[in-house]
Amino acid sequence: MAACRAVRAVLVKCGKSSWTSVPRPPQTDRQLLSRQICVSSAAWRKNLAAAGPEKFSEEYIKKQVEEFNIGKRHLANIMGEDPETFTQEDIDRSIAYLFPSGLFEKRARPVMKVTVQWGEDGRPFHYMFYTGKQAYYSLMHDTFGKVLALEKYQDSMRNKGLFTKDTRQMSLTGSRWLLKEELEELLVENISDHDYTRFLQLMERLLSMPYCAMEEEFVQRFRRQLEVQSSKQEIPAVQHDENGVAFSQAEGRRKTAKASIKLRDCGTGSITINGKSYLLYFPVLQDREQLMFPLHFVDMLGRFNVEASVEGGGHCAQAGALRLAVSRALLSFVSAGEMESMRQAGLLTPDPRVKERKKPGQAGARKKFTWKKR
Amino acid sequence: MNLPRLYHRLRLTARSLHSSANGQQVEKVAVAVDPDVPSQVSVFRTSENDPTCHTELHAGQYYTLPPAHMRTLFPHGLPPRFQMQMKTFNEACVMVRQPALELITCLRKADYSEPALRYVLYGEKGCGKTLSLCHVLHFCSTQGWLVLHIPDAHLWVKNCRELLPSSSRPGRFDQPIQALNWLKNFKTTNEHFLSKIKTTQRYVWTKRESTEEGRPLGELVDQGVSRVKSSSDVVGALLRELRLQAGGAAEGAFRLAVAVDGVNALWGKTTLKKEDKSEVLPEELTLIHNLRKMLRNDWCGGAILTTLSQTGSLFKPRSAYLPMELLGEEGFDNMDPFVPIPVSNYSDKEFESCYLYYLDRNWLQHPHSRTEDGKKELIFLSSRNPSILERLCAFL
Repeated sequence: MAACRAVRAVLVKCGKSSWTSVPRPPQTDRQLLSRQICVSSAAWRKNLAAAGPEKFSEEYIKKQVEEFNIGKRHLANIMGEDPETFTQEDIDRSIAYLFPSGLFEKRARPVMKVTVQWGEDGRPFHYMFYTGKQAYYSLMHDTFGKVLALEKYQDSMRNKGLFTKDTRQMSLTGSRWLLKEELEELLVENISDHDYTRFLQLMERLLSMPYCAMEEEFVQRFRRQLEVQSSKQEIPAVQHDENGVAFSQAEGRRKTAKASIKLRDCGTGSITINGKSYLLYFPVLQDREQLMFPLHFVDMLGRFNVEASVEGGGHCAQAGALRLAVSRALLSFVSAGEMESMRQAGLLTPDPRVKERKKPGQAGARKKFTWKKR
Repeated sequence: MNLPRLYHRLRLTARSLHSSANGQQVEKVAVAVDPDVPSQVSVFRTSENDPTCHTELHAGQYYTLPPAHMRTLFPHGLPPRFQMQMKTFNEACVMVRQPALELITCLRKADYSEPALRYVLYGEKGCGKTLSLCHVLHFCSTQGWLVLHIPDAHLWVKNCRELLPSSSRPGRFDQPIQALNWLKNFKTTNEHFLSKIKTTQRYVWTKRESTEEGRPLGELVDQGVSRVKSSSDVVGALLRELRLQAGGAAEGAFRLAVAVDGVNALWGKTTLKKEDKSEVLPEELTLIHNLRKMLRNDWCGGAILTTLSQTGSLFKPRSAYLPMELLGEEGFDNMDPFVPIPVSNYSDKEFESCYLYYLDRNWLQHPHSRTEDGKKELIFLSSRNPSILERLCAFL
């Protein structure tokens, strides 16, 4: 009995969770031991889980590093290279070859690297490790170092007598500072709002100094280009067919409907959609009004002939798609001022509204099931 | 019978050249005349109210139907929207258009000792086929013809509440209400003929009732009106009598104009069902059967004027308007040979005329509609289709 208890104690100390089988006691003690062996292995497993996750103890790290090295040698063998001269770059290359991944985020792909942040002697690699936010504080430190360097440069220029205020300035128009989320992504750390504000203040201080153009490259890393507000509208080219009549082609989309048209000059104002007259194709007045809007706006109602083909969507969506296509095709026959007024009238903006997704737990996109008070 | 068709095709080419030249001339005139209010009236209206004298000079102009004529001639013939317009404007103005003029010319030149010619007015929905037919019928009645006008053949093949099995023939069905209505209207239209024409045969309706030979036609019609059950047979008898006696050499000779609107109903499907829920074929209806016999060109001394209509038709797609599509194989074979007369949307001149007419009647109230811009919008939105234009202007 005492022997069994000792055995059990030893097993608990070793912490081997996969141990399920009990060592068979000598035959003489079987009747006595029958009561104690009734403890199921489920109870053992519960006990071990309560001990907590694996602690990053020294021996654990050492073991992991050993396993890494062994794995590295195996990998070198697989790739047919020399295990002694197998560098981290070679490892990256081999892993990318053996485990191709389609994920867009590069940091989510499989990687084989020792990422521990301190060395064998327990000293961390980064000099700012104990601040908790090593990347952020090192960045602030570097930036302030640059500020000081600029001040020193200024002093040296003053001493030489070459100090001028009108130096080359950086062009900051058309770009903006990184957002807090973008900075967090860059530094791979969580930052508080206060930290972010301090960072921006420091950057502004750097920019306020003369000669800051010297650090342009550094600063531009933290700025993003703004989307160009007035994106150039593509005007479809005017082509001429055999008789010399000018025509232009354009396409338009709305919801699921796609339309493509050919707008011919010197026409009678007839519109053919999918081979049918527009009166037959759009019996509803509203759809015909939609078609009329761009032509009426630029006062060219009876001038053009339209041959259109449209598919998908319902009748309103098709009318909207045709309207957009006609407006785009008209751009090549219309002056720049009129184009601007068309844009302001909303004729050239594709309608971004699409059918909203139905959510689980609701009857539709917004409609909820009947609410019962009890 | 290819001669009429050739003639028709020649006229088409000639007409297109002519109307384009005409249109340009009149537009120039209209532009010059526009600021002058009193003479605007003459551009779109004509004082010539007799269709006999309508020529191509009057094309595109409105003429007024005298109220007296209207009550006798069209108790049931005009389309319902036109009737509403008549009530609003207090007058019935019909535009003189090319297809009607053509038809009138053909009727004038036709030889009435030959078997009757069949004319079919066809065109897209809402082009003005029914009104052209009414115009031609006005001409016929002023010429003293007997007008047999079936306003809409589709009414006879659908929405019939009472369908009686025929008393005279097994396997056929009667429609007493429709026949009754039609007989009443026929009586109103052709009052003066009823006493002149005599029956040529003895008709037995029931054991106790019969019409002797030689009785005036009016008696036949009265028989049908009073005895509702046999009204469909009366209609059949009437048609037969007229067929036999039209264009005869006797001194009471008359010319017969058979006008059927929506003739494609005769050869299409019906929505009527027998008691055992099986479908009724058009041949099984007495009225339709007799009408079909009428449309055969085995009689002389008259003309058969018909229109195709998709509006009331059953089981036909909305875009169908050609004779082949709407009549079907059977109908086309039965109607062949015929003179097709296409009716199209308004031309520029006709549209101008219609627009000025609405302005004159103060129908277009919206101030924007009186401008040039508004007119262009109307042209675009209605695509010059008469019925769509009328509906559009209704709320302006």
